[in-house]
Amino acid sequence: MAALAARPWLREALWGLLIVPLLAAPLFAGAPRALLVAGSALAFWRAFAISRRSLRARQHDAVLPLSLHSGWMLLASLAVVLVPHSTRLPAWLTLLVVLFIGWRIAVMRRRLQPPPRALLVAMVSAASGGVFLQYGTLFGREPGVALLAIMIALKLLELKSRRDAIVLVFLAYFLVITNFLYSQTLPTALLMLLAVWLVTSTMIGFHQRQPAFRQTASLAGQLLVQAIPLMVVLFLFFPRLPGPLWGLPRDGGQNVTGLSDSMSPGSFGQLSASADVAFRVEFSGPVPRTAELYWRGPVFWTFDGRLWTVGSSASPGPTVAPLVRPISEPVAYTVTLEPHFERWLLALDMPTAVPPEARAGVDFVLLANAPVRTRVRYEGRAALDYRVNENETEANLRRALQLPAGLNPRSVALAAELRASGLEPEQIVDRVLSRFRDEPFFYTTNPPPLASEHTVDQFLFETRRGFCEHYASAFTVLMRAAGLPARVVTGYQGGVVNPVGNYLVVRQAEAHAWSEVWLAGRGWVRIDPTAAVSPLRVESGIAASISIDDPLPMLVRGSLPMLSRAGFAVDAVANAWNQWVLSYNTQRQQQFLRNLGLDSTDWKSLSVLLLAGAAAATLLGALLALRGLLPGRRDPAVLAWERLCRKLARAGLERSPSEGPHAFASRVAAARPDLAPAVLAIADAYVQIRYRPADPGRPAAALADELRRRIRRLKT
Amino acid sequence: MSATRTATRRDVQPRRRLADWLFHRRGREPAPVRLTQRRIFLLPTRQGLFFALVLLVMLGGSINYGLSLGFVLTFLLASMAVVSIVHAFRNLAGLEVSVAPAGRAFAGGTVRFDATFVNPRRLARYSVAIAHPDGEAQSTDCPAFGTGQCMLRIAAPARGRLYPGRLVVFTRHPLGLFYAWSYVEPDRFAIVYPAPEAVAAPLPAGTTGDGRSNSAQDGQDDFAGLRPWHPGDSPQRIAWKAVARGQGLLAKQFVAEAGSIAWFAWEDTPASLGDEGRLSRLARWVVEADATGIAFGLRLPGQVLPPAAGEAQREAALEALALYGIDR
Repeated sequence: MAALAARPWLREALWGLLIVPLLAAPLFAGAPRALLVAGSALAFWRAFAISRRSLRARQHDAVLPLSLHSGWMLLASLAVVLVPHSTRLPAWLTLLVVLFIGWRIAVMRRRLQPPPRALLVAMVSAASGGVFLQYGTLFGREPGVALLAIMIALKLLELKSRRDAIVLVFLAYFLVITNFLYSQTLPTALLMLLAVWLVTSTMIGFHQRQPAFRQTASLAGQLLVQAIPLMVVLFLFFPRLPGPLWGLPRDGGQNVTGLSDSMSPGSFGQLSASADVAFRVEFSGPVPRTAELYWRGPVFWTFDGRLWTVGSSASPGPTVAPLVRPISEPVAYTVTLEPHFERWLLALDMPTAVPPEARAGVDFVLLANAPVRTRVRYEGRAALDYRVNENETEANLRRALQLPAGLNPRSVALAAELRASGLEPEQIVDRVLSRFRDEPFFYTTNPPPLASEHTVDQFLFETRRGFCEHYASAFTVLMRAAGLPARVVTGYQGGVVNPVGNYLVVRQAEAHAWSEVWLAGRGWVRIDPTAAVSPLRVESGIAASISIDDPLPMLVRGSLPMLSRAGFAVDAVANAWNQWVLSYNTQRQQQFLRNLGLDSTDWKSLSVLLLAGAAAATLLGALLALRGLLPGRRDPAVLAWERLCRKLARAGLERSPSEGPHAFASRVAAARPDLAPAVLAIADAYVQIRYRPADPGRPAAALADELRRRIRRLKT
Repeated sequence: MSATRTATRRDVQPRRRLADWLFHRRGREPAPVRLTQRRIFLLPTRQGLFFALVLLVMLGGSINYGLSLGFVLTFLLASMAVVSIVHAFRNLAGLEVSVAPAGRAFAGGTVRFDATFVNPRRLARYSVAIAHPDGEAQSTDCPAFGTGQCMLRIAAPARGRLYPGRLVVFTRHPLGLFYAWSYVEPDRFAIVYPAPEAVAAPLPAGTTGDGRSNSAQDGQDDFAGLRPWHPGDSPQRIAWKAVARGQGLLAKQFVAEAGSIAWFAWEDTPASLGDEGRLSRLARWVVEADATGIAFGLRLPGQVLPPAAGEAQREAALEALALYGIDR
């Protein structure tokens, strides 16, 4: 302890080492717990010891005291970084933070005293206890951010020295990055840019004697603008490691809506209420007709009476490479898939190529090697007209015929009747489809629940109101019962072309389910029973097919042309932002370097490139910063004085080089009494500007302007 | 003895020479000293190192979560820190520094030096500070084409000429992440008078013009008026009423009978005091005589100051004592 007391820098270094784990907690959710526990415990201890430390700090580092202006600036910048978090933090915590900030304002306006130390300690313990009760842990993203917010508010409350304030400013920068954990959209980015600008001008204010908002803000703006070239170089060329560093952050992504690895009645109805973008597609040629846009996702083989699942573990089946025989010319496209935290990559039916770092399943579902945690971009090719797996294995055909025993007796009986009537398989399919078409079946996102054990029977013979999953499920069950191998395919159908960005947007509301039936000689054939009930769903999209009373997001419905046009523009901007900024990862960096003609594995030349680029960018920033130092810009007062001298020289009164302003003015006054008052006053003003210390009330620039005016008015 | 001397030379001299070369230290320079690019140095502050640590954590977090905007923010802040180096440099570059003494002092007191920064460029400068190695830093702003001033108080341990020594002109503006500094060693000096002897010795006897005894006590009898207070005056002489009236520090002046003249001579002081002690006693006499308004002359070996009274005589006498035995 004595060694620490004698060496303040050592103490500071330790403080730096201690606070970092606390900062790291929200960003390194998977990090070893022991490290975070130790770091946080020590950081708390620091918080208690702050008062003592800041007193000492004030004694040896008080070149500039913290001004009231800086205090307000600090409050404003912390408010901007905390506001976006307030919607995510529990209400009691937000209230507490607001309360503490209010207390600080009262202290600054001399209405209240800062809290005594004991109360502060009690509040720290109570708040962290509350965070623990709320989340059940102190680690991970949410509790980390909550702790950080509460610590910042408390630290603000007992802010004493400039150094405390600087720690707060660093924490504010840190809160900016925690906002990105939740949202990286363009509006968030702009708000955070504003926050960085405010925080930076606050920081400048700390190092200035008499900070004024306009001046510190303009300097902060200059710093940010001059930093941009180097930032761009670092963003493009700094080697991007594929994350995560350790473990997978387990938090994040649980609440994402999207396709799931199972299907039950009602699971798609929920999706139809979501306007979230599932993926966007750019076609290299013309966009196919909406009725052809079947985006293939998980395929379900196993049915337990209610739930459809992939069921691969139950019946693995030999993995025979599926064979696709394109009949039409394949279509090329590029998908930008939003993260859905599952492995499937959506592909246009029927894919003829597999993207790198993915593989195709037996049912031709494209599966990425790892769950899709970040937005990915991949190229695909699809044959719109095709034959697939004309020679399917016996095992797979058997799998595609399984039905739960004893369930749905009426449906099974109906299928047996069809089978016994001696119809061809195609005719059986047509019969079932015409049954959907001709009998009173309704297509709705909001069907009555199927409570019966025999869900298919209940749907086919009683409710007759269903969404795509009801039809796909019932149809597949009927096919299997009739002896035709069939399976359920889920994915998306359709999409809306964004004319602004010229790409196709597919939203969660466009999630769809259909069937595939294996017919001898034709392989797996896509049959969409929903199309039989509601042809509009497949030809014109979901908005045209469902009733106005059914819930459907405004963006998907597109009922207001003005709104949808604005929506297209907003989505086009968001897409460009995603493509150019957010999707720049390890892969795209390598691609970018390859496009520049560089080998992305050649680290030596890459580091040379990074250094050279950084040097050039720094130089550019430095040149911008140093413009004001150019000797070409001369003192306006001197320029004005020289103009006066030229003017008088033309009138025959030349100043000798050794003559000072006052001496010259007196000589002029003697020679030309008519000019005397003006010239003497000008000389006085000139001497005032040049040789007297600055008067804060009358800036030099204003005085120089005045001088210039007087000299211009002088008539010789 | 000689061995240690050579060892010291080998160890210290090259290092010092290296530092002198590195930091462009060239001894005393005439004012104004222009802070050119070659003499401005930059290093990160402790705060800057801490900032770097925070940035590292942010970079790690961005990698961990694949946060594109995290990378943007981290790189933006890092680039801003780099640009702030240039800003710290430009905050000093081109400034003209003059340091001049603004007063005199007795040994043991402090001397005020005024540092003036002239900004010949269009760029305003903020929080430019100057510090003596042993003293507190003082800072000022310099508007475009304007000037800024700082006041330094430098301890004067001994009589003679006091040079301010190697001063550090520095700034942490704008972000406090980097420290830009330059060394300035002005060639202007202040005169430091010998400290007056603490215990009042009676003024030398038999020195008055008309033979009447003339002691300091007598001199305090007749109040004659006020004059500015000098360091070294007895606190008893401060005119507190004048202070209360807001007239500043004034000393009461007492006039003994007109026409009395004192001679203070080196020979009148006992050799047992040593040279410095003898100068201190003479200084005390000068201060006392001046306070009582007596005209006095000063006789030092090889130097005679003819008798006179008043401010100028006091300064001249004290300066002669301050520089006694010190080469030009």
